[in-house]
Amino acid sequence: MNEAQRLVDLIPRLRRYARALVGDRATADDLVQDTLERAWAKLHLYRRGTDLRAWLFTVMHNVHVNRVRAARPTDLIDDEMPELAQRAAQGDALLVRDLDRSIARLPAEQRAVLLLVTLEEMSYEEVAHTLDVPIGTVMSRLSRAREKLRTMMLGQSAAAAKQLKLVK
Amino acid sequence: MSDAPITESELQAYADGRLEPKRRMAVEAWLAAHPEEAERIADYRKIAKELRSIYDPVISESLPPRFLRKRVHWKRYALVAGWTVVGFLIGAAAGWELNESRPALAPAADMGAAMARRAAIAHATYSPEVRHPVEVGADQEAHLMAWLSKRLGAPLRAPQLEEVGYSLVGGRLLPGDTSPVAHFMYQTQKGARITLYVRTDVAGNRETAFRYAEEGKVRVFYWVDRRMGYALSSGDIGKDELLKVANTVYQQLNP
Repeated sequence: MNEAQRLVDLIPRLRRYARALVGDRATADDLVQDTLERAWAKLHLYRRGTDLRAWLFTVMHNVHVNRVRAARPTDLIDDEMPELAQRAAQGDALLVRDLDRSIARLPAEQRAVLLLVTLEEMSYEEVAHTLDVPIGTVMSRLSRAREKLRTMMLGQSAAAAKQLKLVK
Repeated sequence: MSDAPITESELQAYADGRLEPKRRMAVEAWLAAHPEEAERIADYRKIAKELRSIYDPVISESLPPRFLRKRVHWKRYALVAGWTVVGFLIGAAAGWELNESRPALAPAADMGAAMARRAAIAHATYSPEVRHPVEVGADQEAHLMAWLSKRLGAPLRAPQLEEVGYSLVGGRLLPGDTSPVAHFMYQTQKGARITLYVRTDVAGNRETAFRYAEEGKVRVFYWVDRRMGYALSSGDIGKDELLKVANTVYQQLNP
């Protein structure tokens, strides 16, 4: 199959990654759009026989980094940010909403690694290649991303438990 | 080897289910002796599962049409055509390269009638052909679409017109005034032919009304949809039937 068609076939996956990376749908779709425009323009630079998916996700990564830089100077993580656990939802819904919000609070480079490993199921080598970092960096970012997320979730669970007690 | 100490990277790989069996067993044994670590890794797996359950549904969402109607980038055509056609294209590419501005595109206003004329000429040229009506036949449709999509710089689809009695014969690449054009041919069982002329370099335009032109014996319905220009031509069928097919084409392209 020709790479133009393969590129089109990859759009839904790009979109999934973008949604998890930037959170809201409109911004994510804009990111996909910018990525596709760049990818079409650069397709002649893609080397046949190499990994088109890695190439395309690299394009998205670069577009994303540029967009974030242009939009705001910092992609900050604030571990001290108080949790506002006011939602009435319970059980799984609570976890889901907390998780996508928590993802957004990860440092961008850790978030990218975690999402490429978890959603795209890229090998660690492919992630290293896509993000152009050493594999050791991939492993340490993955480890830190997971631990940070877990800590946030545990903190939220504790906060939620406290709130339930207050309601009683 | 399986007695080597367990590393954090191996724990991560274990959480991802990526360890080879020998090390996996070693990690499992180690985790059995370290329940807090086992809980941590179990939480990682839970997080991964939740992540997938949140975002995997995005895969099956229908794609916004804007993803599939790509603006044509000059640079590609400069690379393709620059050597053989005109230095002017290289100038355009250089300008685009320098300021990354939106590429200059054919103005829509005076473009429609010119497109109809070009489409009619292409129709008159190729539709009488018996042996070589198309460059790539419908039997290689996937290849045809991939090839034309690549050359036009936009993912193309050939409408399925069986419901109105036309089957795809195939397609070819044609020169356009600013970039290559795709040309699809269809015919009925009795041999009546229509051709669809598709260009991807039209300036932004919201006008999607059908317009009608006659060039000699060829009738043409044409329309512009964002950056795509379409012209449906036939010398074999009447205006009403052609309009019916044009409607079907439009619907197929805008599901």
